[in-house]
Amino acid sequence: MIKRHPEPLLWMLFSAGGVVSALLMPILLVLFGLAFPLGWLQPPSYEHLLAVLRNPLTRLVLFGLCMPSLFHWAHRFRHTLYDGLQIKHLNEVIAVICYGGAIVGSAAAAYLLWHVP
Amino acid sequence: MRDSITLQVARYRPEQESEATFDEHEVPCPKEWVVLDGLNHIKDRIDGTLSYRWSCRMGICGSCGMTVNGEPKLTCATFLSEYGRGPVRVEPLRNFPVIRDLIVDMGDFMRKLVRVKPWIVRQAEKPLSEGEYRQTPEELDDYKQFSMCITCMLCYAACPIYGLDPKFIGPAAIALAQRYNLDSRDEGASERMEVLSEHEGIWGCTFVGECTKVCPKHVDPAGAIQRYKLTAAVESMKSFFMPRGA
Repeated sequence: MIKRHPEPLLWMLFSAGGVVSALLMPILLVLFGLAFPLGWLQPPSYEHLLAVLRNPLTRLVLFGLCMPSLFHWAHRFRHTLYDGLQIKHLNEVIAVICYGGAIVGSAAAAYLLWHVP
Repeated sequence: MRDSITLQVARYRPEQESEATFDEHEVPCPKEWVVLDGLNHIKDRIDGTLSYRWSCRMGICGSCGMTVNGEPKLTCATFLSEYGRGPVRVEPLRNFPVIRDLIVDMGDFMRKLVRVKPWIVRQAEKPLSEGEYRQTPEELDDYKQFSMCITCMLCYAACPIYGLDPKFIGPAAIALAQRYNLDSRDEGASERMEVLSEHEGIWGCTFVGECTKVCPKHVDPAGAIQRYKLTAAVESMKSFFMPRGA
């Protein structure tokens, strides 16, 4: 019988977040952060992008990118604080701040994606 | 080629000093000499009171692990010539209490090792008359890499997590648990999971990867831990969603 603690779930979110952010984030960042603003590529029109974003599948993919990535950050940052700064005695506070931040961030992402005009 | 090199050897004699000190000795360094040969030279010719562990001097017994110029190394597999003009600083393995000179107390590791049952567990042994447990080459390949571990504890000396939290069960114990978990003849995976899925089991690891870097037998304990994390996470999810079935 496995003892119940949230670590496996948190690790899975961390792991999934690591994979999706490593695969998708660089592409999005290069496209929207460099290629379009610097004119390397012809940017799509606002209407075009909005139409893409209105598709529920796009919103689902974006949420699937944002939520695990935030939990990836939370898990990594928590362990960095634990081990890097040696403040393990603040365990609960750190966990609440990190995972709480990820939950709030995910909720904000969900809210924004849901309310695409 | 230089014919001698300086060895700075850590000394700690609890009956006469409370802190470790260093002795410096010039030792010969022919190109085939390893750090352990230098230590043996000191013990045989210069100072017979120097204490350290060694046995096979061919990378099999795992007893001559020490910190050489800051890195965990098997002293029988580390050539003096790698260090050019020297000096070569030899200290006991880090993260362990020192008993004397270069000898560390490995009790903590031994107690952890036995907890993961690094042997073949069978629910029922079949009678001898039925012959041996046979295995295909593919089944052997599944665990062979992890079976190369010689429990030299270099991975514990390199692991920053073990250094910070001595409760962490550690790289070699997890790699050896996987060596038996992945063995087709073994039936002990669920017993090992109880120990490994604790917070101080696999979840203590943050995948720094130093264990794999220093492993002299290329066991890749970090890889074993990551693989086991996935196994344990999947099992944990299964038992959460199917509390009775799993």
